Amino acid sequence: MRDVVIAGIGQTRVGELWDISLRSLAYQAMKAARQDANGLTPDALYVGNYLAIVTSHQSNLGTLLADNAGLTGVEAFTCEAGQASGGAAFQMGFMAVASGYVEAALVVGVEKYTDAIGSQQEAALAISMDADYEAMVGLTLAAQAGLLMQRYLHQHGAPRSAFGAFPVLAHANAVNNPFAMYRRAIDQQTYEKATPVAEPLNLYDQASYADGAAAVLLTTPERALQAGISHPLVRVRGSAGVIDTLALHDRPDPLAFDAARYAVQRACEMGGVAPGEVDLFEPDDAFSIYAVLGLEAAGFAESGEGWRLGQNGDLRLNGRLPILTMGGSKGRGNPLGAAGVYQIVEAVQQLRGEAGANQVADAKMALTLNLGGPASSAFAHLLERV
Amino acid sequence: MEIPRHWRLKKQRYSLQGEICPHCEGKIFPPRDVCPHCGNDARTTFTFSGRGKIYSFTHVTEAPAGFEETAPYTVALVQLEEGPVVTAQLTDVQADEVEIGMPVEMVTRKIRSDGDERGIIIYGYKFRPVMQH
Repeated sequence: MRDVVIAGIGQTRVGELWDISLRSLAYQAMKAARQDANGLTPDALYVGNYLAIVTSHQSNLGTLLADNAGLTGVEAFTCEAGQASGGAAFQMGFMAVASGYVEAALVVGVEKYTDAIGSQQEAALAISMDADYEAMVGLTLAAQAGLLMQRYLHQHGAPRSAFGAFPVLAHANAVNNPFAMYRRAIDQQTYEKATPVAEPLNLYDQASYADGAAAVLLTTPERALQAGISHPLVRVRGSAGVIDTLALHDRPDPLAFDAARYAVQRACEMGGVAPGEVDLFEPDDAFSIYAVLGLEAAGFAESGEGWRLGQNGDLRLNGRLPILTMGGSKGRGNPLGAAGVYQIVEAVQQLRGEAGANQVADAKMALTLNLGGPASSAFAHLLERV
Repeated sequence: MEIPRHWRLKKQRYSLQGEICPHCEGKIFPPRDVCPHCGNDARTTFTFSGRGKIYSFTHVTEAPAGFEETAPYTVALVQLEEGPVVTAQLTDVQADEVEIGMPVEMVTRKIRSDGDERGIIIYGYKFRPVMQH
């Protein structure tokens, strides 16, 4: 396989972006990524998206978005893995360049969540669960997380309040991210008073679903040099996608997040490093319990102990293992099928030294983990500054 | 309205019909094409007793379309006494009485309605605390 570098990144503000369409939102990020890569022209476009087929009644996004952007004649299609669609699309772009199939690939994650409103939103979100045996009985994504959180509290005796550390950290880091949906800090007291959504899970345990688009341009180091790119390049050292059972009820141990465990292991083995060697970690914090279970699955804590990492400052920007460095999904907003690409873009900002006030000192290597549902699918990526 | 889909699932919905693997005797619900225990084809039907206990639960306040009338409601992972775990709503119980380990039994209830007056009403399994006999 050839070396693959991220030559350009782009992202839009995350939020309820009523005034911009799916195609234009994606285009903003695609254009920014191409500009950042000195105008490199991609041979292919891979789209990460989860809900457009329901919320915008739109399929064939590859063609729509490439067509709208004037990328005539390229290969283009959607990679769909529920909320891990962004991670899946990035992996597709990586493989296309690594294999020699294309010289440059553009990956865009895009979500127009607010094209649906009210209870139609929850119904749209439910399409990533087992329709016959989960969604049909009234399970929601938040309820899946609520079931896991309830069991975690019961099984491991963690204090309920400990989960507050994750949204508090995410909001603190989002303050300095100009693309974030919530640029304000919250405190533990605010967290504890929040209204329940799927008890024991409350409003602040859940990242707000939102619109957003993020893009990266992948190519070979040689091609990037030819293009005269002046900013540092980031190499993709490891990439892995793994599935678990789709339905939570089919797992011997629902708290294990095995797909996340194996995805991280395989991505790190591919890169020849241990997870402990990374300078920052971007776990999936669609729900605070998922951040905790992701930390455990990635091997940063023993089973049942992940919540403790939030208690002593380890996860802060100046801590032992900085996470959610630009606000994660809780602070930045959760653009669902685009979230996995946002994670990559934010990790690249860190590795290039462009993270502003949130810069992790001397960040050379980063790990990202994007989950579909409760780690029904998981994509892990290991990135390193060249 | 997805009528064929609901019709197709009636044995699962009304009587918890799953499978027993002819190769390893593993009991399976919901039905699958391949036995998760031994990897062979699973096709022999098996009807579950409907008795189990609560593995975990959550109280849902933000309901999706089709469930607005029901909210708030409690969803649980119920471990059936034969082994498999099923996702289902609880019924005939106060939210604050629910606890992990509580014995429950299956009953048939209205699950959701398809909105307009001509929409179908879907019935299926819910679980309630085991009645004292």
